Amino acid sequence: MPVLFYIFAALAVLAAISVVAHRTPVYSALSLIVVLCSLAVVYLLLGAEFIAVIQVIVYAGAIMVLFVFVIMLLNAGREMPSQRSRIARWLGAPLVAAFLLEVLLAVWKQFPSASARPAAPLDAGPAAIGHLLFRNYVLPFEVTSILILVAILGAVVLAKKEF
Amino acid sequence: MIPLSHVLALSITLFVIGAAGFIFRRNIITVFMCIELMLNAVNLAFIGFSRYLGNLDGQLFVFFVIVVAAAEATVGLAIIIAVYRDRSTLNIDDLDSMKM
Repeated sequence: MPVLFYIFAALAVLAAISVVAHRTPVYSALSLIVVLCSLAVVYLLLGAEFIAVIQVIVYAGAIMVLFVFVIMLLNAGREMPSQRSRIARWLGAPLVAAFLLEVLLAVWKQFPSASARPAAPLDAGPAAIGHLLFRNYVLPFEVTSILILVAILGAVVLAKKEF
Repeated sequence: MIPLSHVLALSITLFVIGAAGFIFRRNIITVFMCIELMLNAVNLAFIGFSRYLGNLDGQLFVFFVIVVAAAEATVGLAIIIAVYRDRSTLNIDDLDSMKM
């Protein structure tokens, strides 16, 4: 259903602009949740059901709760406008737009919409992902568990009162 | 059917918005959220290529990116809390020295 893709793509872009444009971090966090959820719908339309569910549970659920919790904890209010050079303020947005156009043009040349024929729909359920994960990607999986252990220890050490 | 170029266009747009926010914003938490936005844009490109090449490996990469992002968010937010406790500011213009 391509129509749904374009609706949620537009929603994701608008919410992403809102993430960047808001000066209050809580509004940015809430907009980021909208981006993550609409991306989950896009994943679903692209046939990645498992990743879509993981996106909602881990990203929109766990990570964003952590963000909102830290924003509340630190009482982060409106940010002050910075007193930097005037050239940067005027050239910033046009340069971003120029960069975006340039990369889009490069991709348009590389992948013309007519030539890319999609492959047959994949079986992307938990069973297929699990088979691949525990057959071809066992070492990265184990390394990831060590990474998470280090992250937990690091967070505990950093959050302690004194170093 | 959604063309691959449209998926990539969405991915690039989100990435550029995230990169712009990373440069424009002064609040360290918002900067961190822009990094998450860029990671999501890259995930979308992975999923799109996985769909069009008929290869499940791209989705495995997204899985690992999400796990690493979770670990990164944990440590990053712990660092932000430690820095805030030390300096009482979240403005990155004031956080310009590594020494505590």
